[in-house]
Amino acid sequence: MEKLKMKDVSLTYQSLSGETKALEDITFSVSDGEFIAIVGPSGCGKTTILSLVSGLIAPSEGEIFINGEPVRKPNGKVGYMLQRDQLFEWRTIESNVILGLEICKKATRENKEYARELLEKYGLGDFKKSFPNELSGGMRQRAALIRTLSFRPEILLLDEAFSALDFQTRLAVCDDVYDIIKKEKKTALLVTHDISEAVSMADKIIVLSQRPAKIKNIYTPDLPVVSPLKRREEPTFSKWFDIIWKEVSK
Amino acid sequence: MKNSDLHRQFIRKHRNNKIKILACQIGVLILFLFLWELFARIGIIDDFIMSSPSRIIKMFGALGEQHIFKHIGITVLECILGFTLSTVIGSLIAIALWWSVTLRKILEPYLVVLNSLPKIALGPIIIIWVGAGMKAIVTMAVLICIIVTIISVLNGFLSADEGKILLLQSMGANKFQILIKLILPYSIPNFISVLKINVGLAWVGTIMGEYLVSAAGLGYLIIYGGQVFKLDLVMASTVILCILATLMYLAVAIVEKRINKKRR
Ligand SMILES: Nc1ncnc2c1ncn2[C@@H]1O[C@H](COP(=O)(O)OP(=O)(O)O)[C@@H](O)[C@H]1O
Ligand SMILES: [Mg+2]
Repeated sequence: MEKLKMKDVSLTYQSLSGETKALEDITFSVSDGEFIAIVGPSGCGKTTILSLVSGLIAPSEGEIFINGEPVRKPNGKVGYMLQRDQLFEWRTIESNVILGLEICKKATRENKEYARELLEKYGLGDFKKSFPNELSGGMRQRAALIRTLSFRPEILLLDEAFSALDFQTRLAVCDDVYDIIKKEKKTALLVTHDISEAVSMADKIIVLSQRPAKIKNIYTPDLPVVSPLKRREEPTFSKWFDIIWKEVSK
Repeated sequence: MKNSDLHRQFIRKHRNNKIKILACQIGVLILFLFLWELFARIGIIDDFIMSSPSRIIKMFGALGEQHIFKHIGITVLECILGFTLSTVIGSLIAIALWWSVTLRKILEPYLVVLNSLPKIALGPIIIIWVGAGMKAIVTMAVLICIIVTIISVLNGFLSADEGKILLLQSMGANKFQILIKLILPYSIPNFISVLKINVGLAWVGTIMGEYLVSAAGLGYLIIYGGQVFKLDLVMASTVILCILATLMYLAVAIVEKRINKKRR
């Protein structure tokens, strides 16, 4: 089933100093449960794509559909994970995790119970009453992921979600997040400039050109569906890394 | 257990240091009072115009006749009214300015001008508009506090993380939800520092107001004492003022501690 579709989407930013064409004729679709990575050079328009999917900005041309319905404005259909975990320091982990439910006015007892179950299931049960500054970077990122899962979005959007972490933590958190997303059978759109991250996680990789971003190519690496760390050990991993790297820097 | 020994040592050192500093602070005060009294007694300074600790203490005894508690009550009431009104109204205006970018842009130059204007210059206008009396004094205090309140509270609001706003928007949050869930709780520490500044400014405004118009209050006692050359009265009133201002500041500090405890 087609979860997300972008059809002939272009976007031009207006500002006093002029127009910035960020996206040109972007067309792709994502099916249910797929993990898509979008790679491209810095400033090419990756974040712009996620802003469009979440409805924060409207396309200049073209249309975007989630479950066949056109996206008009933000409506809680996407779970956005940003570079920094953006946990609210004054809220406990438990209360951070139900933030989305409060915003969507879905903070019923069942839904809160579901959020609490997710915390238990993914090892944060003992930290329910803790504040974010008492958790490690990896645990904070996991709490941020559970916050996006708790209101059951159709699609997860990850914008360079791991790039603020140090290398060691990043590998572990990638594994962690990947595992949770797969277990919860979520559709995910990951944006990154880190090619190895994309190759280690994604089912499909979309390569964007310099700004204005056009789709250069879409790859479906024949890598096994295993955890990102295991994938990095696959013999064909470096082959795919090379292919994508050449395509990005071409 | 070596570790905990070291820790105990560290704690002891820390406490000793704290006691030392407190002792020195008290020592400075005592030395100052002692020298003041000494110089007054041996005639290095003229205690008719400089007063002296013993004369101030005597004055405290005599103050009963001046209905001192009435004066204190009036000044404290004016100060608290000015403080509360300016904090509440200023914060509401800051929320309005956060809400509407257009309004913010329109009012920006006015805020800048009002902020740099010495409010005391408005004294005569205030007296004519609201009449001489408590109303004028409270108005003066409000005028002095409110612009700073608006500007500082608004700056606090605007320093909230863009990423967090984006996160809430992507969840479908409206402006009101962003205000309630993010902006206000995020701004609490800043708000408390604004309260601390306002305590000081409210006193400035109240005393200035009393200098201008009043027939009662500590500011009035100081002015009156100056006019009839009763420097002991001026000094005694000033000391009381110091104590009151400190108490009010401590009250805010206690509120701060309470809130911090709740948030951690
Ligand atoms: N609100 C905006 N107004 C004008 N230009 C913008 C705006 N947001 C982004 N841009 C420009 O659009 C381009 C793409 O931005 P972005 O999608 O954030 O890139 P990426 O996420 O790939 O680094 C950049 O050159 C950026 O300067
Ligand atoms: Mg970006």
